[in-house]
Amino acid sequence: MLRQIEGSRAVAETVANCRPEVVCAYPISPQTHIIEAVGAMVKSGVLSPCEFINVESEFAAMSVSIGASAAGARAYTATASQGLLFMMEAVYNASGLGLPIVMTLANRTIGGPINIWNDHSDAMSVRDSGWIQLFAETNQEAADLHVQAFVIAERLSLPVMVCMDGFILTHAVEGIDVPEQAAVDAFLPPFEPRQVLDPDDPVSIGAMVGPEAFEEVRYLAYLRQLEALDLIPVVAADFAREFGRSSGGLVRSYRTEDADTVVVALGSVLGTIKDAVDARRDAGDRVGVVGITTFRPFPLQAVAGALAGAQRVVVVEKAFSVGFGGVLSTDVAMAAHRSEPSLYTVIAGLGGRPITRRSLEDMLAVAAEDQLEALTFLDLDTGIVEREQTRIASATTRPGPTAEFVLRDLALHQTGTEEP
Amino acid sequence: MFQIRIHGRGGQGVVTAAEVLSLAAFDGGHHAQAFPSFGSERMGAPVVAFCRIDERPIRTHEPVMEPDALIVQDITLIHQVDLLAGLAPEAYLLLNTSQPLDALGLGDLSSRFQPDRLCTCPATEFALAQTGRPMPNAALVAGFAALTGQISLVAVEKALRQRFAGPTGERNVAAANAAFRHVTRSLAPCDPATRPVPTQAHAAAD
Repeated sequence: MLRQIEGSRAVAETVANCRPEVVCAYPISPQTHIIEAVGAMVKSGVLSPCEFINVESEFAAMSVSIGASAAGARAYTATASQGLLFMMEAVYNASGLGLPIVMTLANRTIGGPINIWNDHSDAMSVRDSGWIQLFAETNQEAADLHVQAFVIAERLSLPVMVCMDGFILTHAVEGIDVPEQAAVDAFLPPFEPRQVLDPDDPVSIGAMVGPEAFEEVRYLAYLRQLEALDLIPVVAADFAREFGRSSGGLVRSYRTEDADTVVVALGSVLGTIKDAVDARRDAGDRVGVVGITTFRPFPLQAVAGALAGAQRVVVVEKAFSVGFGGVLSTDVAMAAHRSEPSLYTVIAGLGGRPITRRSLEDMLAVAAEDQLEALTFLDLDTGIVEREQTRIASATTRPGPTAEFVLRDLALHQTGTEEP
Repeated sequence: MFQIRIHGRGGQGVVTAAEVLSLAAFDGGHHAQAFPSFGSERMGAPVVAFCRIDERPIRTHEPVMEPDALIVQDITLIHQVDLLAGLAPEAYLLLNTSQPLDALGLGDLSSRFQPDRLCTCPATEFALAQTGRPMPNAALVAGFAALTGQISLVAVEKALRQRFAGPTGERNVAAANAAFRHVTRSLAPCDPATRPVPTQAHAAAD
């Protein structure tokens, strides 16, 4: 049933319908509403049997999730940003041990400077951790992906991270059809762990592995990630059949059939990009979009296929490898190397800067003329940058902290006050 | 698509106003999206929230920069925030105040906006009288319904009862009704031909 509810609420209800037996999380914006709602459902008995465990940190939250999962419980947690960094060591352990934990990542940037707003820096920081990473384009997809995530996780015995844009999705109130209990029960069988800590049948989990076998164990983990590339489309197709709507899968194309230019992106910005693409189509440009739903494992072949006809590929990224440029772009470049399109990276939306349709349209118009810089920063205020560079260069004593001076400069220019 | 921007201060229920608007629009069979301008909100700090109403699924996630309607919950923001940014001359403007615009030094608004689309509403007073709390949001959502016809009063009442359980819901419904009557009466001198009909679909605004 379609209801007008907050994205976080929809995710919380969906997670509850997946019947997790242990939920352990530590609150951090913008994940908080999800965890509050799940906690309330455990307390009221709506979600039962389930133990909601309060801990002192994200490191503990992931550690408890690991313990719960290893003991055979379906385990769920959620975090964002610095919270993810704080649990980082345990994040790697969860995947290394092959424990099918599901975690919502309410995407938020990483400081410093401290910033609570959305981008994909947090998800990118665990790109190589061995978790499956799925990106939701809409709140409907965010809800649906959680059901699929538990199925994928438990069939492969691998942890799955559902990435949804913090605030943009988590705090938006929209019409969402929460997967209902009976349908979820039919789709998601009870958890049958591949490995379990059972006093009656003792095993060790987490042994030290030396140079004699570490590479082989890691290679086996790689093979299991490749299995995920086969399984994810099957689960998405099953979901579409049972729930009557399409969500999940590896990649999704929009108006790419005859496209010269294809934009590639992750997450909720795809909606705004589609609007911009429609406008550029009306203006006569042959442009399309490829949304990547499964970011890890990276679907090289599917992306290559989706980009096969493109002369230009524009990767719009909400993340930035400071010493290099795009993060997703390097993966896309690997996928597209045979068809050799011109490849552009557009860094956008860092730290919550709105990505507007107008800026995207302007950028696409420049791209269509092959005038786009290979590494473009959307809506970058070059005036601020140049003034700060000049200030540092001309400082006679210690120049001081950049972020604070940039804010001061911005305030002075907004109020029209001249620098004293 | 019809886009609304709501300005107010932390603690005035700005985000809730956008949510209630979207609930009422959803109830009316429309697609609706409500979201706050996110930040580390504090009591009294300027807050913005947005709502979109459309006949088609809403894909965009950008903030509303060129609203079709502006709701100002706290008129003192006019000296602090560029409230009218992106507002076209044909936009709707609903201001929470019991003062005439001239007395607020805002007389020029009358010449900048269409008379049947510009309205003041003493929403805080309606809220105080009915709920005992200075939360103007419920009254302003109903005022918006009367001003624009985008949503019906019945849908607003239903949304308020859904959002606020029990007596709180009923008191907010009473404040909403007072505001709806006030705005309807304020608009009465305007040419009825240009006034929106509450039941009319807003396809023309797309």
